Amino acid sequence: MADLASVIREECNPPMLSRDMSYHDITDQISSVTEWKKTPKQWWILITITSSLLLLLLAMLTYLVSTGIGVWGNNSPAGWAWDITNFVWWIGIGHAGTLISAILFLLRQKWRTAINRAAEAMTIFAVACAAIFPLFHTGRPWRAVYWLFPIPNTYLHMWQNYRSPLEWDVFAVSTYGTVSILFWYTGLIPDLATLRDRSPNGLRKVMYGIFSLGWRGSSTHWKHYEKAYMILAGISTPLVLSVHTIVSFDFAVSVIPGWHTTVFPPYFVGGAIFSGFAMVMTLLLLSRWALHLENIITMRHLEVMNKVILATSMIVGYSYGTEFFIAWYSGDIYERFHFFNRITGPYWWAWWTMCICNVVIPQFFWVKKMRRNIAVMFIISITTNIGMWFERFVIIVLSLHRDFLPSSWGYFRPTWVDVCTYLGTFGLFLTLYLLFVKFLPMIAIGEVKSTLSAQNHVEHVYAHYLETYEGAETKETHGLA
Amino acid sequence: MAAFFPKIVDKYVQIGGILSTVGAVIGIAVFAYATSPSVLKTGYQPVQPVPYSHKLHAGNMGMDCYYCHYTVYKAAYAAIPPTQVCMNCHAKVKTDSPLLEKVRESYATGQPVQWVRVHKLADYVYFNHSAHINSGVSCVSCHGRVDQMLEVRQVKPLNMFFCLECHRNPAPNLRPVQYVTKLDWTPPNGEDPAVIGRRIIAEKHISPPVNCSGCHR
Repeated sequence: MADLASVIREECNPPMLSRDMSYHDITDQISSVTEWKKTPKQWWILITITSSLLLLLLAMLTYLVSTGIGVWGNNSPAGWAWDITNFVWWIGIGHAGTLISAILFLLRQKWRTAINRAAEAMTIFAVACAAIFPLFHTGRPWRAVYWLFPIPNTYLHMWQNYRSPLEWDVFAVSTYGTVSILFWYTGLIPDLATLRDRSPNGLRKVMYGIFSLGWRGSSTHWKHYEKAYMILAGISTPLVLSVHTIVSFDFAVSVIPGWHTTVFPPYFVGGAIFSGFAMVMTLLLLSRWALHLENIITMRHLEVMNKVILATSMIVGYSYGTEFFIAWYSGDIYERFHFFNRITGPYWWAWWTMCICNVVIPQFFWVKKMRRNIAVMFIISITTNIGMWFERFVIIVLSLHRDFLPSSWGYFRPTWVDVCTYLGTFGLFLTLYLLFVKFLPMIAIGEVKSTLSAQNHVEHVYAHYLETYEGAETKETHGLA
Repeated sequence: MAAFFPKIVDKYVQIGGILSTVGAVIGIAVFAYATSPSVLKTGYQPVQPVPYSHKLHAGNMGMDCYYCHYTVYKAAYAAIPPTQVCMNCHAKVKTDSPLLEKVRESYATGQPVQWVRVHKLADYVYFNHSAHINSGVSCVSCHGRVDQMLEVRQVKPLNMFFCLECHRNPAPNLRPVQYVTKLDWTPPNGEDPAVIGRRIIAEKHISPPVNCSGCHR
């Protein structure tokens, strides 16, 4: 009986935290990362590398602005290339954060608590990286504020074209960025107060004091907080779906073969969540290993994430199939040519990389052993993001390089500025992430604690069960005496 | 846990919030005004190497703009005259004026006088003088009363707003082509310039482009 009970305990309610953790342990462990007496050498080495990449980004953007966007390789017929590929890729990566923090919150998926903070931070950093590309593609970003937003001004004497999905994109992405920051910050307030209370007097205490907005943890505070959090989750939820839907409209509303398809919105959202979860996985596995968070980010979390990655990989794979089917079924020669050209044309390697990384490799996650193997999931999280980058490359460049007129056909090659700008955005992303890890609690302390009571409850019931049906010796062997 | 900040901080936050909001609004307004083309661009009056007076030549003596800027009816670019054009007269007139030293030197050496350009459009804008002049847009619409300027200065902002205002409603700025260089021209018999303009639009089928690629080609 006892064996069966423990199996049930393990299978039906696998622990979200190590079973031996107390509330205080959680606070201590998560806060300790931000309370390093001496910042480890590894952190300094990492941030030296990432901030060098960030400087590379700044240098590339300066070069671009002072010279002109001709320094990028995109030119007729491929007017969009790496820039928009990177934009869609980064913005897609951001989607996991909002999905985890908003939709999983509304669905009462408690396992989100261990990973939502880092995922939300990642969202914001990814949106920042994404925004760089369209902004600098305008060539004169300081003027773009008048081109993008309907601000009355004496420069243009005209309004934006509201029928253009590019304009919807401006609102979608800026709303997304704003709401993500608000949501993230609201969630941070109680934890910032925790850090404030643990800090010795000094600058640290003042800074956390300012940003915790006078939080004292009274029940009135919590009541308002939970209401605000719920409302923000409600606002964020449609954004998870709308942002990438509108990004997909940038393509779907045009008449280019390969772009002009109605499957794009769900296809893009699925792909965004796919790549977002993969990026969360990459970063969390590294953070978990470096900061010894195995007892908080447990195998249960990782396994659930891998299931989401598998499911979204299937959505993406199904969408690829649909595109091909519709191209054939439409009978349109341009559509048919385009999709045939994807597999066999000059960019065949991009399409095959995409397919293998996005559709074939994640199938390993059908096997439970693979879902629970750290090395496997790390590799798959990387290949997934390689594949998802190629997906955007395939959609953008492959659709453009073969124009309707064969006389306009071309072949896009990135310039060194394209490559360095893209590498530079990793510098921005990772520098922000490293600063985040050092100065802010990377796991939502208050929220993780809320899972502990449920877990303790199950343990308690289990202990009673053993007491009732088993002898005291059995209890001891289970470590519950 | 005792409160870390004293209670008075609440007041500071409130006052600080109000002040920074008001400050931001004022700051943005000042920035927007100070960087608007009508402030930033108009009034530009560089010092020219030769103190050439448009008021004397085009105003008092009544020379036609076209005498020196002789490409405007045919070309996109309004020519800055070569020294030879100056010397058409100044080979005979004021031959020993010290003010004309640089003109004579240029004539002798073949090196052009380094005039400083006053009206400069951005490189991403296509502007064609002949298209405008032949439609009946006078010099004065964009350059102002150059015939009254001792030294030329920019009087119009020449930004997109300025261009579009006329492209959307060209009638008030149109006149018969023979009068485009007559900067002080007013419609005869007190007629409304817009009425004349509409007549010209109908005659010449004028429809100035207002789409992006009209000017950003």
